[in-house]
Amino acid sequence: MFSLDRWQEIYLTIRKNKLRTFLTGFAVAWGIFMLIILLGSGNGLENGVKEQFKGGAMNGIWISSGVTSVQYKGLKTGREIKFTDQDYKLIKNSIKGYDHISARLFLGSVLVSYKNEYGTFFVSPSHPDYGYIKEVQILQGRFLNQIDIRECRKVAAIGEKVKSQLFKGRDTVALEKYINIKGVPFKIIGIFRDFGRDDNEQKRIYIPITTAQKVFYTSNVINQISFTTGDASPAEADAMLRKAKLTLSRSHTFSPDDPRAIDIMNKSEDVKRFNALFAGIRMFIWIIGIGTIIAGIVGVSNIMMISVKERTKEIGIRKALGATPGSIIGLVMQEAILITGFAGYVGLVLGVGLLELITKNIPPSDFFRNPEANFAIAVGATILLIIAGAFAGFFPAIKAAAIRPIEALREE
Amino acid sequence: MIDISNIHKTYITGSNKLHVLKGIDLKVEAGEMISVMGASGSGKSTLLNILGILDNHDHGEYLLSGIRIENLNERKAARLRNKYLGFVFQSFNLVSFKNAAENVALPLYYQNVKRKKRNAIAMEYLDRMGLKEWAHHLPNELSGGQKQRVAIARALIGKPKVILADEPTGALDSVTSQEVMDILTDINKNENITMLIVTHELDIAKRTQKTIRITDGLITEIIKN
Ligand SMILES: Nc1ncnc2c1ncn2[C@@H]1O[C@H](COP(=O)(O)OP(=O)(O)OP(=O)(O)O)[C@@H](O)[C@H]1O
Ligand SMILES: [Mg+2]
Repeated sequence: MFSLDRWQEIYLTIRKNKLRTFLTGFAVAWGIFMLIILLGSGNGLENGVKEQFKGGAMNGIWISSGVTSVQYKGLKTGREIKFTDQDYKLIKNSIKGYDHISARLFLGSVLVSYKNEYGTFFVSPSHPDYGYIKEVQILQGRFLNQIDIRECRKVAAIGEKVKSQLFKGRDTVALEKYINIKGVPFKIIGIFRDFGRDDNEQKRIYIPITTAQKVFYTSNVINQISFTTGDASPAEADAMLRKAKLTLSRSHTFSPDDPRAIDIMNKSEDVKRFNALFAGIRMFIWIIGIGTIIAGIVGVSNIMMISVKERTKEIGIRKALGATPGSIIGLVMQEAILITGFAGYVGLVLGVGLLELITKNIPPSDFFRNPEANFAIAVGATILLIIAGAFAGFFPAIKAAAIRPIEALREE
Repeated sequence: MIDISNIHKTYITGSNKLHVLKGIDLKVEAGEMISVMGASGSGKSTLLNILGILDNHDHGEYLLSGIRIENLNERKAARLRNKYLGFVFQSFNLVSFKNAAENVALPLYYQNVKRKKRNAIAMEYLDRMGLKEWAHHLPNELSGGQKQRVAIARALIGKPKVILADEPTGALDSVTSQEVMDILTDINKNENITMLIVTHELDIAKRTQKTIRITDGLITEIIKN
């Protein structure tokens, strides 16, 4: 079917009709080009938004204490819920399947000094696991560990920005140096990078929660409990969160349905929502893109129809000389596939090229970065093209095969 | 070679019925060269188209080289045309965007002969027609006589058993017409190919062995020349 001879036959006819072929191909090239650009932009949008989710495990759940808003068991609303170490232990013991868990105390922004340098930073007393939950990257030294917690050591892991702000000039080695937090000296044990988009995430200082409770006289109070759900399924993660909520509602006597008593941030939920949104966007893009390609196909089909009409006599001659209907169908379909395939490929290359250019020359922003068309898209588009070409050629080919030589060859 | 009996053909256009062939009987032996004459509209081309399996007959029997031609599908008809028949038309019917050699080679393409071999054979046939120098010219660069010689080469290349020619000299001047007839009689003699030639010109008809006259859809006369 796909003999070299057939290609030569097609090549000859295409060469004889350059303008027609070009115009036909252009519609298809444009369709594919648009599809690639749209899909690439969709990816760019998605990559941009995904960037926003960085800095914190995708399976992390953060529970902070709040104020009740629902009457429950005779208790009035507006009651402030205060978490304690006890709650941390309760949750740790009641939920199953978490892989990291940490309590946190909110000290807010605090004046911190090193020698003559000052700055206000967010000091976050926490457990060692918080490093995993926040997915910080250690640049130097280490994060907090269990011994720091047990012995209430006065140590601190500081963000990159804290370091650069407090250690200037010749004094660039921060490890093992002592910084002053609210008048208490803490030894720097590590410097980290946080992938969060917010600049403030780099300006954090983590210290052992036990140390903070002791030296800043907060006794056993904590403000937040966070954990990651390991490789739990979405349903299992849900169950873990429900269990944690129930545990807290029982120990603090608030309605488990109270939306304000505790404040929950569930990253996997957000990610799920955005994934659904982007699945929708992607579908929308495919629909538009395929619509554009269909317009191209109809164009090819139309022009092939005209071409078949123009070639009526030639096809009649071929049939008189022994061309079977099958060989005529093959000839027309193959020409359509060749034109769509080639033009589509040009559109594909141009589209990918433009995306490449955008990626290189336009700096990534919060909502748009790396508009890429990946391999799967290219393969999908190629398959689409061949099918499109076959569709475009089908009706003209049937029409060509139905040409009767006596009518085609009759003298006017 | 050709054996038809009681062939009928009616054209139906809208509500009009035109009974063109009204029972044609004809036997053509292998190697015979026959001319067909008749008034315009008498059904000569219709008969030739039926013999060429380009059209179906409504009634009667047609045996081509012993093969019964009846209700063939298009594929089979194409194969038979390719194998047994060669056509020469008044208006040449060359493919305009193919050069002389490519036109001549076309029947071999449908016999799946390889391109190189095809072109070599086409050159041979063009050479026999004295057109070797014109092999790479497009049809519109050739004279009428040259075009018809290309068409004859194309009809011959598939080694047909029968050549059907519908007014092959109709578009040519008398000198060129005689040259074309020289070629056709040569082929008939040397290669023993059966020929049916439709013509309006008596001096062309005279050069064949037999002339058949069709009047109003029937054979009314057979003259030995
Ligand atoms: N496809 C067709 N549909 C309807 N009528 C047709 C068709 N082909 C031929 N005819 C009619 O049939 C009759 C015979 O036509 P045909 O072409 O066989 O004549 P002819 O003998 O070859 O004439 P000429 O010498 O002018 O070529 C004519 O009246 C013509 O109008
Ligand atoms: Mg005629």
